[in-house]
Formats: sequence, C-alpha cells, structure tokens
Amino acid sequence: MTFSPEDKAARALLGITPSGIRKYFDLLSEMEDVITLGVGEPDFPVPWHITETAIYSLSKGYTSYTSNSGLLELRQVISEWLEGLYGLHYEAEDEILITVGVSEGLDLSLRALVNPGDEVIMADPCYVSYMPCTILAGGIPVMVPTRREEGFKLNPLALEKAITPRSKILLLNYPSNPTGATMSRAELIPIAQIVEAHDLVVVSDEIYERLTYGETHCPFASLPGMKERTILLNGFSKAYAMTGMRVGYAASNKTFIGLMTKIHQYTALCAPTTSQMGAIEGLRNGSASVTRMVKEYDQRRRFFVDGLNKIGLECSLPEGAFYAFPSIRVTGLTSEEFCDRLLAEKKVAAVPGSAFGESGEGHIRCAYANAMPNLKKALDRMGEFVKGLGVCR
Amino acid sequence: MLSDRELAILGILEEDAKVAPAEIAVRLGIEEEEVRRIIERLEQGKVIVKYKAKVNWDKADDQRLFAFIDVRVTPERNRGFDTVANKLYRFPEVHSLYLMSGDHDLTVVIQGRSLKEVATFVAEKLAPMEGVVGTATHFVLKSYKHDGDVLVEEKEEDRRLKITP
Repeated sequence: MTFSPEDKAARALLGITPSGIRKYFDLLSEMEDVITLGVGEPDFPVPWHITETAIYSLSKGYTSYTSNSGLLELRQVISEWLEGLYGLHYEAEDEILITVGVSEGLDLSLRALVNPGDEVIMADPCYVSYMPCTILAGGIPVMVPTRREEGFKLNPLALEKAITPRSKILLLNYPSNPTGATMSRAELIPIAQIVEAHDLVVVSDEIYERLTYGETHCPFASLPGMKERTILLNGFSKAYAMTGMRVGYAASNKTFIGLMTKIHQYTALCAPTTSQMGAIEGLRNGSASVTRMVKEYDQRRRFFVDGLNKIGLECSLPEGAFYAFPSIRVTGLTSEEFCDRLLAEKKVAAVPGSAFGESGEGHIRCAYANAMPNLKKALDRMGEFVKGLGVCR
Repeated sequence: MLSDRELAILGILEEDAKVAPAEIAVRLGIEEEEVRRIIERLEQGKVIVKYKAKVNWDKADDQRLFAFIDVRVTPERNRGFDTVANKLYRFPEVHSLYLMSGDHDLTVVIQGRSLKEVATFVAEKLAPMEGVVGTATHFVLKSYKHDGDVLVEEKEEDRRLKITP
C-alpha cells in the first residue's frame, strides 16, 4: 500500500486556504528592484536601547524558561502602563498573560472560549488570521461587511443584524490592519451596548494602539461594563518595531486568563525570555522612540495618501496603523488583477484587498512603513501604471 | 517658544534640507504658503542658520584633519571667557568652539589639511594668545559618527520579508 501524506491531513485544515498573500511571496522572492508596499511591519530597527538590554540579558545568562505567565516584572510594568494611561486595572499576578505575540494571544482566546458551532463575529475586511483561527478553534466566522464610505468602521446596525443565538465572540481590531480605520470612544459605545444586550465576549486586538494620528486610542475594555467581558490583546511588534522578537500579552478577567494559560503552558510554555527582557525596557524607557516613529509615520501617511489621490486612486486619510487602503475601482480591475499587473509591469508590490475578505475587494493595502524615497518611487510607478490603463486623470 | 508646527518643519529640514515647501506642506497637512512663511521667519530669526551639505571627508580624496584642543584660559574680569573665545572663532581654521565644564575651559575643534598646519596654528596662534594658559591637542584618528550620522557603515539593508500580513 502506498503512503499518501495528503490522506493523513487533519480534516479541520481542509476548509482553510493559504493566505492570499502567499503567492506574492513566491513571486517576489525571484524579483529584483521591487518596491514593496506589502510589508506589514515597521521599517525601523528595534530601538537600540531595547536591543542592547536584550543582548545584556543574554550575556548575563537570562536564557532559561520564565513562568508560564511570563516574567512577573513585565506583567507588573504592563499593569502599571494600562492603569496609568487608561485607568484600566489588571492584576499582574493573574489577569495578564505574556504571549508569543498577539498571534498566539488570538489563538488562545478563541480556543479558550469557542465550542463547536459557536459564532465569532468579525469585521470584513480583517486581518488574515481571524477567520482561519476561528475555524481551527471549531468556531464559525461571521463576517460583518464594512464600507469605505463609513471609513471601514463597524456599523452597529450591521453588527446587530449578524447576531444569532449562537453568537459568542465579537473580534475587534482598531486601529485596523488592513484599513487603518480607528474607532473613537463615542463610536464604540453603541457597539458595547449591543455586546452587553447579547451577552457577547469581545476579543480586542489592539496591536496598533500606539499608532494613532488623531484622537488617542480608546481600549474597548475601558468602556462601561466592558472590562469583564473583554480580552485585550496587545504586543510590542508594531509600537517598538519588535516583530521578530515575538512578544505580546493578553489582559482579561482571572477566569479567561486562567483558561488561556492552560493552553499556553502546554503549547508554548512561555514567550522568549530575551524578548520579554526587551519588552520591559521598551515599556519603561521607550516612549521617546515610539513618539519619533509615530511622527515619521504621520508625515509619510499624509504624503502617501495625498499621492494616491493625485494619481486617481481615491483614499481617505487613515487615522491609525500604517496602512493606506485606497479604492482601485476606477481602474475596472479586480484588486488581485491590479496587484498582479502592478507587480509585473511596474515592480511595485501591494496586497489585494480581497486577501482580507470580500468587502476588501476593490481596494489594495499599501503599507507606508517604508522610507520616503521608496514611497516617492512607488507613487511614481503607480501613477504611470494607472495612467497606462487610460481610465483616470 | 517655537510652535509645534515650527518644530515639525525644523525636524524635517534638519533631516533633509532639500525637501521642498510643497512636500513639507503635504507631510504636515498644512498650506504651502504657511510653510514658506514659517521658514522665512525662522531664517530671519537665525533659527535656521544656513543650509549646507554634510560631507564625509574620509571618502573624498581631499583629506581633512580634525583636532580637539582643550584650552585652559584665565578669565577676564566682567568678560569671563568671551574675549578669548571671540578672538578664536574668527580664525577660519576653527571649526567649532565650546565653553566647557570640567577641567578645562574651552574646546576648540580645528579643521586642517595636515598635521603641520594644525601644529602651526596651535604653536603660533592659539598657545601664545593672551589669557591662554595651557593647551592639550588631540587628533581625530577616525570618524565613526558625526553630527547624528553614522559615517562608517553603508546604509543598513532592509532585512524584512518583501511581503508580510
């Protein structure tokens, strides 16, 4: 009997397709002179004081496991941080868990709470892992379309419509990847009322918390009555440019954190010790570095979005993260066709909006976490491309 | 006190003096006319002193030599160190001049073309100057970083994957 690896695959994986960006990854690895707007991470290196602290901890031999929950010192710093900035009180001992980035925090949240058939509601478009992680946890993803005309914010009426007796979790991500949308306190309050009325749990991925350009960030847990029913997910990848160091955290009630820790201790054991050391330094002394990076992103954001509008790709000014999400409808191409041809003809990489959900169609995601000269070149090439299509100004 | 806008414009120009007012306006979300007005005001007030290229002379064939000279000075009644400083900064060889705390009074940075040129300046101009009581000359052997810019490395390459979620 011949051995067939395919037949051995877990059935749960059959419903999961590879991410829509995968094919570009393969294409790009063979191309040179590409300007990429496809990178969802900061272009700055980790601030040197953080790197130096991490190296020092290595040289001092801090290389063993930490507690499953993570270094108590890091949890204490996070607790003080949330208290000081937002008045949110979480006990460092049992209401905060250090995770291997928000990616793990998301997976833990879903696996800790989802029973087979439970519905997990999320905005469409959304980050690529929300739907697959929901399916892997045995849940059913329910997409709530968001629209460019409404700044890709979650519309309370649309949310209400998506709710069924099986709804259990609302997954939020503001500021948003891929749209750069934010939601203010006033905009979140009607959402909180619906959450309360239908007894939902909120998993709020706030990884872009520090990257806002207008109003300061409002954590969902800070809304009246929401702290108990919210799992706050955050990390150090975006604000401190520590993507490869893989460290994040979850904060919630004791019960939820306990359930998540149960999975975490058997699957990840603990987040990398070196990264946790760096994270402590980041939270303690990193404000100046973060402010400097945010200022820079802010300027690039205005410059890049202005450029997109000038070449005829309509785009409103995103209030958070480092993504512009322009409409490409005017070209008559699908978002995938647009990105394929832009890459082949002009060597500029962007991600089709459709990779983030059906409502992302007609848009492309452009990360402006890139040096100014590259953004200029990218805009020039995109301008030539759009002009060549003969459909816009 | 400068306004946030003025500080933001200075920040951009300090990084790259060639950025045009139109681009600054877009980056800061204000009118080009206002950017021009602010820059003109900063220039007139000598907040912006001048615009010039930063040259890495180690890379140019035209070798330059830098020396840091610690100078001890007898201060003058009512004028302190200003008289000596005033005489010193008029020399074109003096690249920078600072009044210091610590065990000496002035630090003079000299830019010369040769060891001999610097030595002559110290021996004939600086050391004999009235009020100067002692000097210690230190030559720069290699410049690693100058005025905020690292000179020894090529630009750091972008090590990120070309596309990530």
